[in-house]
Amino acid sequence: MPISDWFKAREAKRYVTPNGPVDTSDLPDGVWIKCEECRRTVYQGDMESNLQVCPGCGAHGDLTAADRIAYLVDEGSFVETDGSLGSVDPLSFTSGKPYAGALEAARENTGMREAVLTGRATILERPVVVGAMDFRFIGASMGSAVGERITRAFELALTERTPLVLAVASGGARMQEGMLSLMQMAKTASAAARLSEAHVPYIALLTNPTMGGVTASFATLADVIYAEPHARIGFAGPRLVEQTIRTGLPKGFQSAESLLAHGMVDAVVDRRELTERVALTLDYLGSGGE
Amino acid sequence: MARTFVMEFERPVAELEHKLESLKRLDLTAQPDLAAEIVALELEIEKLRETLYSSLSAWEKVQVSRHPERPKTQDYIEALFTDVVELHGDRLFGDDGAMFAGLATIGRRRVAVLGHSKGRNTKENIARNFGSPHPEGFRKARRVMRLADRFGLPIVSLLDTAGAYPGIEDEQRGQALAIAECLATLAGVRAPVVVVGIGEGGSGGALAIGFGDRLIMLENAYYSVISPEMCATILHKDAGRASEAAACLQATADDLVRLGIADEIVREPAGGAHRDPEVVFEGVRDAVTRALDELADVPADELVSRRYERLRKTGVYTEGD
Repeated sequence: MPISDWFKAREAKRYVTPNGPVDTSDLPDGVWIKCEECRRTVYQGDMESNLQVCPGCGAHGDLTAADRIAYLVDEGSFVETDGSLGSVDPLSFTSGKPYAGALEAARENTGMREAVLTGRATILERPVVVGAMDFRFIGASMGSAVGERITRAFELALTERTPLVLAVASGGARMQEGMLSLMQMAKTASAAARLSEAHVPYIALLTNPTMGGVTASFATLADVIYAEPHARIGFAGPRLVEQTIRTGLPKGFQSAESLLAHGMVDAVVDRRELTERVALTLDYLGSGGE
Repeated sequence: MARTFVMEFERPVAELEHKLESLKRLDLTAQPDLAAEIVALELEIEKLRETLYSSLSAWEKVQVSRHPERPKTQDYIEALFTDVVELHGDRLFGDDGAMFAGLATIGRRRVAVLGHSKGRNTKENIARNFGSPHPEGFRKARRVMRLADRFGLPIVSLLDTAGAYPGIEDEQRGQALAIAECLATLAGVRAPVVVVGIGEGGSGGALAIGFGDRLIMLENAYYSVISPEMCATILHKDAGRASEAAACLQATADDLVRLGIADEIVREPAGGAHRDPEVVFEGVRDAVTRALDELADVPADELVSRRYERLRKTGVYTEGD
């Protein structure tokens, strides 16, 4: 490899494109997997019992929405709402991979109807409205259906005066639905504003990656914002920023830790401590000081 | 009028105009036939321009919306408003020239005005960061939204930005949060909010001041979730296919009315707003004052809940089975 290519390869490595969790469903039990971060070989069962956190280096692996909720709420407490609500292809978007086909493929690959799961649950016996986004489903981008499910979660939390906990992941607005997607930012932000005005607690957990129009709407309007270690969180994609400023990006740019240092999130919380932390936070916000 | 900037699709018109200029330089007294030829050519040019502009593609409209001579927010403020009081600063960090904020009078109404502010020349553009706001711009806008809310002033908001500026410090100072807070604040403003798309409506940076009780679009303005170039880059790794992406994104004024997002279109003269700004100013003045009149008697609670309902109806999805 010529030295210039080596530099390019090094450059390229700085953009970690988050992949969905490796599909290991068809592998026999007891296989070994390699941690993406520290390259250590880990027993798969250890990863599972450790909430997909590498026992070696503590790297947080990506989670499906279903696993995210399972790890966060009391066992068996989750009851989905609006589960039949799904996307259509309102613009007949065909540039690149046709949207209708992409939706079909995403449904097939994930077994989900849309990129977000919402419902009622309890967290250490505290009732909550909960939601989690799934990056495998078209990058958990927000189109009409995701925007509608999120908005309804805010409205359910409001009418039942039950705290809302959202685990966010998203590449941003879903461009295949054009302006209908952009307007979901205004819609979800308006719903968040109503919940805030009604003094019902809203906790957001920003996971890898939380970008674009989702960061710039409901995700950052929470009363308390937690982030997962090393999650990429930002508005503009790193490639665009680099092209715009024409110099290298600082180390850790748009990482959860960098956001913490710049005052943009309340804390970076290890996944294994999250449930307790959310429960404790809810107790404070719902206590009225008593 | 001599134009310095010619868009690719206008080249046939530009060539005829060039011919016309050279004819006009000839000595008319020596060649009496020339006068008739000039008139004929002028007619031909007008006809060709009208034909071109009667069927612009989405991508061509995007180019018109970005035309350097197109009237900017500052031009609208000077033409439509009187007694303008510009307000500066976000009270947190700085003042952003890419976002105009102030108090002004239109007709007989006193309002707050917001607007993305592109420069009219290179010097202005550098001062105004080519109309792409930093977080300070959105925070200034939000401050004035709250001012409007507290004192019951309607907001008139002018959209003309390629998007929020994607810089390192912008990310560090919370560009996303600055936009999100604008959205949440605008949702609750207890006074009419009238938005006018005068040029570019680039994504979240436009939306931050870009929704309300009425959305009026200039004929060649666009308002999109993503720029056609960026969309083409993501889909095809080729910004050169922006024309195809622009068509798919359905982000022209006509598209937005059809999708139920925009309410009204202000027509532009053939050749775009910059060829006859006065006509366009008049059209915008009329549309804005009409919208303000219609909204003036709606009680504040009703305005806010209607604004929410309007958003609640935006989106297409299936449910059931």
